[in-house]
Amino acid sequence: MDILVCVKRVPTVGGKIAVTPDGQEVDTRMSGFSVSPHEECAVEEAVQITERLGGTVSVLTLGPEASVDQLRDALALGAGRAMLLDTGGREFGPIATAAAIAAEVREHGYDLVLLGNEAADTGDYQVGIRLAHELGWPVATGIKNLSASPDRVVARREYRGAEEAYELALPAVVTVKEGINLPRYPSLPGRLRAKRAAIERSSPAWAPEGLRKEALRVPASSQHQATVLGNGVDAVPDLVRVLDELGVLS
Amino acid sequence: MTALCLIELDGAEPADVSLRALTLARSLGGDVNAVLFADAAPQVTLASYGVTAAYLVEPSALEGYAPLAWARVLAALAAETGATAVLAAGTDRGHEVLAHLGAITALPMAANCTQVTPDGQGAHRLVRQRWAGLLLEDAVLEAPVALLTVATDAVPAVSAETPAAIQVHVHKPELAEADLRVRAAESPAGAGGMSLATARVVVGGGRGVGGPDGFAPLEELAELLGGVVGVSRVVTSEGWRPHKQQVGQTGTKITPELYLACGISGAIQHIAGCAGAKHIIAINTDPGAPILAHADYAVVGDLHQVIPALVTALRTR
Ligand SMILES: Cc1cc2nc3c(=O)[nH]c(=O)nc-3n(C[C@H](O)[C@H](O)[C@H](O)COP(=O)(O)OP(=O)(O)OC[C@H]3O[C@@H](n4cnc5c(N)ncnc54)[C@H](O)[C@@H]3O)c2cc1C
Ligand SMILES: Nc1ncnc2c1ncn2[C@@H]1O[C@H](COP(=O)(O)O)[C@@H](O)[C@H]1O
Repeated sequence: MDILVCVKRVPTVGGKIAVTPDGQEVDTRMSGFSVSPHEECAVEEAVQITERLGGTVSVLTLGPEASVDQLRDALALGAGRAMLLDTGGREFGPIATAAAIAAEVREHGYDLVLLGNEAADTGDYQVGIRLAHELGWPVATGIKNLSASPDRVVARREYRGAEEAYELALPAVVTVKEGINLPRYPSLPGRLRAKRAAIERSSPAWAPEGLRKEALRVPASSQHQATVLGNGVDAVPDLVRVLDELGVLS
Repeated sequence: MTALCLIELDGAEPADVSLRALTLARSLGGDVNAVLFADAAPQVTLASYGVTAAYLVEPSALEGYAPLAWARVLAALAAETGATAVLAAGTDRGHEVLAHLGAITALPMAANCTQVTPDGQGAHRLVRQRWAGLLLEDAVLEAPVALLTVATDAVPAVSAETPAAIQVHVHKPELAEADLRVRAAESPAGAGGMSLATARVVVGGGRGVGGPDGFAPLEELAELLGGVVGVSRVVTSEGWRPHKQQVGQTGTKITPELYLACGISGAIQHIAGCAGAKHIIAINTDPGAPILAHADYAVVGDLHQVIPALVTALRTR
């Protein structure tokens, strides 16, 4: 089975998140970059499927030149081929992103495309679905359990405490969430292979979209300091009183 | 001006997240219409949220959840009612159906909005959550129909001052076979249990719990309070608890009356999931833990002592 995984380079947000003075992006002076945990799991899932069924794993990112780092991370985990769709630093919206990914899928041909359920930075929740429509393929989203056979997948997620199962004939698009697996750590040979691997490049077309960002901001902080009820078990009577006041003791 | 809002149900009533979406829909200032996939409409509740027309798609016409078919229904009803906005709650289903709607109509979709204002010239100014709510984005949405999902943890559900006069219509969708190609087989296995997203009380456990065996007192406390256990990412990545219990950016967003965070430091990715809690109480050995800056109350101490003592105190009340 030939699988494509789509990952996106985003700042690694540590103890705090700050915005640049012009309000246009996350301040990355103090942070590194990574891909979202959902996408790490997508890479792991693809590698596991091909370990079982045979086939190839390719990884793609649309972003600036520096996104090559994230491609190499995925190569180290077991992907065999990597493509950079170079944005030249331009911000692509979800419609243009899906169109650019679709062009690569049409050119190369895959059985399955895995994406994250949502990107960590934009949280647009739509690139996978728009991609599926571009290709005319079925799609399932928010998936936390996937079983693949050569011609179909069964994808499962939870909805309000019940389980939903979707059966998709391949080729198909599936967006996954953290929890679908526990991603492995890269092996040393994997890292060495990733370092030497060639990166394929192309430059997709940008187009404006109807949703336009004006500025990012940190929400007005609800931060305050908690009222300390006391230390250890001595605080329990006060704790019971507070629970009662909050109306959670029936 | 009409806003069309997809309603998800909790039994026979609208889910709380859908009431939040209706509240935002009403703030747009025009008529509010509702779409439900059910054989009866919770008319009293919908009217109290200002809904003037409810469109029912009965199970005989479309059984179960098929995301593309649901999007086709919204597209047809938006055209029929001349809607200038289509809204849904920012849930798995809400995001999914609106993204399909965006794809079939070639319209942009704005996820997790917290505030939306028509600018009078056909566009909408909006505020939406980015980074799971750690940041807000001010944006402009230019589109003949605004497709919006509503953040599940930021807009409180508020009913209208006076209930609307509501009309209920049965809508018979025209669907192609391809619209039903992807369809959920729902199994009640695991259902019935209270879900983390909607629980009234969540007892949270983090690294401080110490291991998989440390959760029994938290379970007991959750049961006493009529709630469920939620955990931090450390707990799921250590394999102590399943991922479906994870609260946070890459887990579940919770909106309980009370979140009791035990042995959890309060990393921002965790706060992203619990900022919608009405009240937070922290139990932590470290009085300097960041969670204390988000909590209303705190007990400084070892959860392995405090929780059993609290359970005993509650049992003997
Ligand atoms: C992209 C990304 C996404 C993430 N998504 C999530 C997410 O969805 N959810 C999430 O939770 N995290 C998420 N994280 C991880 C997050 O950054 C933190 O690492 C994690 O939340 C820490 O978990 P913790 O509070 O249990 O552990 P720690 O930070 O280690 O804190 C343990 C706390 O327990 C206290 N403690 C220790 N022993 C005791 C005791 N006996 N009694 C009482 N208190 C005690 C300590 O004082 C400390 O405050 C994400 C991280 C990244 C990079
Ligand atoms: N620039 C990008 N490059 C590669 N994949 C992307 C990009 N943007 C989004 N994706 C994929 O689409 C998923 C959903 O993104 P979004 O719809 O933007 O929330 C992400 O988790 C990625 O897998």
